Amino acid sequence: MTGVETEFTPLQSLAGGVLIGLSAVLLMFFQGKIMGATGILSGLIAGTAPGDKGWRAAMVAGMIAGPLLVLAVTGQMPVVDVPVSWPMILAGGFIVGIGVTFGSGCTSGHGVCGNARLSPRSMVATVTFMITCGITVYVIRHVVGG
Amino acid sequence: MRILSAFIVGLIFGVGIAISGMINPAKVLNFFDIAGTWDPSLIFVMGGALVTTFIGYRLVLRRDKPVIEEKFQLPTASAIDARLIGGSAVFGIGWGIAGFCPGAAIPALGSGKIEVAGFVVALLAGLWVARTIRDRQTGKGALA
Repeated sequence: MTGVETEFTPLQSLAGGVLIGLSAVLLMFFQGKIMGATGILSGLIAGTAPGDKGWRAAMVAGMIAGPLLVLAVTGQMPVVDVPVSWPMILAGGFIVGIGVTFGSGCTSGHGVCGNARLSPRSMVATVTFMITCGITVYVIRHVVGG
Repeated sequence: MRILSAFIVGLIFGVGIAISGMINPAKVLNFFDIAGTWDPSLIFVMGGALVTTFIGYRLVLRRDKPVIEEKFQLPTASAIDARLIGGSAVFGIGWGIAGFCPGAAIPALGSGKIEVAGFVVALLAGLWVARTIRDRQTGKGALA
């Protein structure tokens, strides 16, 4: 399976990255917490205190509203092109859920917040998941899918 | 205040994921496909997010406490162990298979695509299974 070209978008990507960083800074400012999608989702499904679920649900709702706000302002829904099969979507989702739990974080928690705090754990985690992701994409697209 | 600020933080995050292109698995997978249809855009996402957070955290953490809570809750774990590396390695494999990481998949739900909902259901199942196994082994652990 080979990829389909996507447009190189340095300015939009940089602007989006700054907003992602801003959200992390604001969560630290208001609640003193690390902005990690893994932790936020995990806390929603786990048996945490009832009072702890409301803000998590509100944050998830805000996240889902993000692309809708972009649609409202620009008139265009951001492109979400899923170029893999259903079995890969479901297997990938399950494997990600297992990995981020034992790895204690994902691209937001380790990749952005942890690295910004210069946490050695997060640096090791980030290098590790970037490498295995790259190898996986290479194997699927150029070895198996050749 | 807590609910409202959390919604606004989520909204800013979701807009950032959307306009950066992280919301699009085709683009994310192309970032990793250096040998094929490479799209280096995500370097700019990571760069913009890291520099902003690096500077912003330094300003915010000068305060005595956050606005709403009594103190900052920063991760205290420092062990670089098999669990951290193994878990991260497994996460990368799943990310490479499906093209979504958790923080990109949640905003992508807003697109209304059924594939995203399928990914998120599988993700939640994986989180739940892993938490159950982990809690049985060791009790609670802090999430970054």
